[in-house]
Amino acid sequence: MAARKTDQAQPGSTSACRPPTTLDTLVDRTFRGLTLCFAWLTLLLIIYIFWRIGGTAIPAMHKFGISFLTSTDWDPGQGRFGILPEIWGTLYSSLLALFGGGIFGVAIAVFLTQDFLPHNVTVVLKSIIELLAAIPSVVYGLWGIFVLIPLIRPLADWLHLHLGWLPFFSTSLSGPGLFPAALVLSIMILPTVAAISQDALAAIPAKIREAAFGMGATRWESILRVFLPTASGGIFGALVLGFGRALGETMALAMLVGNSNQLTLSLFSPANTLAALLALNFPEASDYEVRVLMYAAVVLLVITFLVNVAGQLIITATLRTGGSK
Amino acid sequence: MSASPDFSRNFTDPRALKSFILSTITVGCAILACIPLFSVLAMLILRGGRRFSLELFTSLPPTAFDSGGGFGNAIVGTVVMVGIASLIAVPFGIIGAIYLAEFGPHTRIATVARFCAKTMTGIPSILAGVFAYSVVVMVTGTYSAVAGGIALSLLMLPTVMLTAEEAIQMVPAIMREAAVGMGCTPTQAMWKVVLPKAMPGIITGVMLAIARAAGETAPLLFTALFSDYWMFQGGAGDLMEPTASLAVLIYNFSGMPFENQIQLAWAASLVLVLMVFTLNILSRLIGQRKK
Repeated sequence: MAARKTDQAQPGSTSACRPPTTLDTLVDRTFRGLTLCFAWLTLLLIIYIFWRIGGTAIPAMHKFGISFLTSTDWDPGQGRFGILPEIWGTLYSSLLALFGGGIFGVAIAVFLTQDFLPHNVTVVLKSIIELLAAIPSVVYGLWGIFVLIPLIRPLADWLHLHLGWLPFFSTSLSGPGLFPAALVLSIMILPTVAAISQDALAAIPAKIREAAFGMGATRWESILRVFLPTASGGIFGALVLGFGRALGETMALAMLVGNSNQLTLSLFSPANTLAALLALNFPEASDYEVRVLMYAAVVLLVITFLVNVAGQLIITATLRTGGSK
Repeated sequence: MSASPDFSRNFTDPRALKSFILSTITVGCAILACIPLFSVLAMLILRGGRRFSLELFTSLPPTAFDSGGGFGNAIVGTVVMVGIASLIAVPFGIIGAIYLAEFGPHTRIATVARFCAKTMTGIPSILAGVFAYSVVVMVTGTYSAVAGGIALSLLMLPTVMLTAEEAIQMVPAIMREAAVGMGCTPTQAMWKVVLPKAMPGIITGVMLAIARAAGETAPLLFTALFSDYWMFQGGAGDLMEPTASLAVLIYNFSGMPFENQIQLAWAASLVLVLMVFTLNILSRLIGQRKK
């Protein structure tokens, strides 16, 4: 304040500038140190999460070992636990969701980035797709139970009746099952896939676009032979991250997948996933069962962590090479 | 005079036809993808709107064969737990982001921390619940709002941190150079120049994170559990008691065989989606004003 007064008295002098006082420097050092601590804390937090979940699961790991992953029983009364059906259900439902959400997500990314629509309409459509991601998964679950399952039952019955010899349609849809669950999952991962693919497609240099069109290629010839291959790294990363989201999605699956401990190829039979197993059994689990569930949590953590790290690495790597081209 | 090229579209040309067909399919995909959103919204308004009344906000959840009732305690519980989560995640996220964006953007620890935050966005929400269960519930021996809040904060943290980092980076370098040139320490430049300028972007990220946390169910299932009573009947000690939340109420009621409960689940979904969408749209408006 004092400095400012002298400025007004002497216009043209060094105005508000003054070197930092010792206190300022001290505050600066402390604050910078604090921010560094929080950056470290982020890393420590991840390590602590792994250590904590892993540590609680160790007794169960010792007891059941690898057979936990390959056995199909889940019987707390008998003390027999195995999560092979859940691992299978998790991967199967996520792959189905990736198939649906991937095709639609990439198609929408192309639609939104390749000047199909006037700019205003694109913005509105983009917001709609983003709002899809904002709907809580428990609401999707509710919608799945009361709207989607009744809606797809005629289709499922028809497929079972006429194509029942295919293993995919070998059972009839009794209510909850893999198919409705995977359908809702694909709606949920669609915004993720669409958003990241859009970034990849938008990052294509204008020169490449102009070259493709300048050679007389039609819109789709350029998209299929030039733009998609150019953006393929980013799109692949988007699919991997979408897959990661599907693997960990809990509520919609806990409500729609049917919670049945079986290994099946049929789309219409009930199944189970790791996340749903945790959600359904944790609240009423005994102390002993909790430790077993922690083992399942470790399996889920490791699978999703690996998929996510892979997705991030792919995206980072393609963005780097894309920038240097 | 040379003839002008023919720009008209000729659908008998197989190349143009193929392009047209693919475009049509893409438009179809885009329309199909919008259907779920509109279907969900329509059902929420139709089935949830029917039960919409003041009673929802002022009464407690009904027991099995009761009629009427509401979920006032669940709204309070959701707000309290999201509040606890924000108290943890927002300062943590912003201070971490300041380091990532400003003080050490290219250091090894910044790269690692950024990578950790990105990976954390992909950690399944149920595992945040498992973590909070093992850290809080197993230690304190009770389900509580604090445990739920801690679980939610894990999900908010990466969103807050990454969006704040981006917002801080967007502040033009000239501004901080001017501030430092006038004798500000980097900390003063941060607090007086960069942070105020980056605030709209940071608030956008915080609101998006809050919107996501408010809708999460999985981390609350076995950290906050549920409660049929009002919070704070017994003072602030209720923070260490099981706590109701809208999301868990929807989940619990959706599986009940009673029409009243199912109607309430739809009404609660409507309230929850209204909350989440309001936050989303507000954050978008703030984000747009920034540009």
